[in-house]
Amino acid sequence: MAIDATGEAEAAVGMPQLDFSTWPNQIFWLLVTLVVIYFVLSRVALPRIGAVLAERKGAITNDLAAAEELKQKAVAAEKAYNDALANARTEAAKIVAAAKAEIQKDLDAATAKADAEISVKVAESEAAIATIRDGAAAAVAEVARETAAALVAALGGSVDAKAVTSAVSARLKG
Amino acid sequence: MATTEEEYAASGLQIHPMEQFVVKPLFGNGPIEWYTPTNVTLWMAIAVLAMVALMVLSTRRRAIVPSRAQSVAEMIYGFIHKMVEDVAGHEGLKFFPYVMTLFLFIFLANMLALIPTSFSTTSHIAVTAALALMVFLTVTLVGFYRKGIGFLSMFWVSSAPLILRPILALIEVISYFVRPLSHSIRLGGNLMAGHAVIKVFAGFAGAMGVASVVPIAAISAIYGLELLVAAVQAYVFTILTCVYLRDAVGDAHH
Repeated sequence: MAIDATGEAEAAVGMPQLDFSTWPNQIFWLLVTLVVIYFVLSRVALPRIGAVLAERKGAITNDLAAAEELKQKAVAAEKAYNDALANARTEAAKIVAAAKAEIQKDLDAATAKADAEISVKVAESEAAIATIRDGAAAAVAEVARETAAALVAALGGSVDAKAVTSAVSARLKG
Repeated sequence: MATTEEEYAASGLQIHPMEQFVVKPLFGNGPIEWYTPTNVTLWMAIAVLAMVALMVLSTRRRAIVPSRAQSVAEMIYGFIHKMVEDVAGHEGLKFFPYVMTLFLFIFLANMLALIPTSFSTTSHIAVTAALALMVFLTVTLVGFYRKGIGFLSMFWVSSAPLILRPILALIEVISYFVRPLSHSIRLGGNLMAGHAVIKVFAGFAGAMGVASVVPIAAISAIYGLELLVAAVQAYVFTILTCVYLRDAVGDAHH
């Protein structure tokens, strides 16, 4: 079967795989094919694809790193914002406290000043009242004396100014 | 043989399932010398062109975001690269272009062989045997070059009981030398059988009139199977090459 004559090959080919006369031809062309494929692959295709894959991997790694960096920045920015907010709050509280203290101080000073003025006024008023009262008392004594002298005169007595004054004074004290 | 042919002819059945495998000169009808351009030459050249289209033209733009064709090339690259690295080990990556050459040639030749009226180069024992012998010689030479006489230690199963070791060594040696045989017959046999079966069914279809729907349906089914076989056999040949390379370059745990 393997040694089919070429004339018979048309009719009964048997197994062409075992027709050893074609083996050198097939093996020769196989080797040519493989060498061509090997050179095209190893010189052109594989380095190119390898480079593209490496480049893509690098790009992805870089992008991921950049994304991570941006994320860190965002986190840092948020932290800074929160810190600033907290600082501002503290500062505001401080300012409020300071303002309160200042206002309290002013208030205290004003209160003290007002108190002082009030007490001065009170003293003055008291002095005035005392003067008025003394004046009134003196006036009462004068009126009493004159009235007493008039009464005495009306009743027909002689008016002894000294005696009337002492008598009125004694009465007023009593 | 001649009598069966005559019987077929008498019954109206003209089935020549093996005729598709005949190696013919492309020009004229002369004898086939080793340099004669034949249908082998033609279909291997088409395989080379297909390889160039698949791996070179598709990647010419070197796009970071690949086109469909470029993704296919990258997928094949990644697939074989990972296979070589996983199976043969990191040292085996030196043989990546070599393994890639074998895979692409076998894969494309298998696929091209499924085009009706094409010639199936990988169904020939001459081709598969040459491929398998190349792998065998590569593994053997590289193994001795890298490990020296220590390469032989892979036949000496140190994990087995001492008394079994000579027997195992004999078996290992035999299996080592049978490798190219099984390696080549597996590929060639599968391809040849599939194509011959399709041809037989096609012969039935030609002779059965309306009932030929049945063989045509069978051909469709077998064709699907053959697509699978074409891919799987290329994969099997390649991964076995990696396994054998591991013996030569890796620390073989046999």
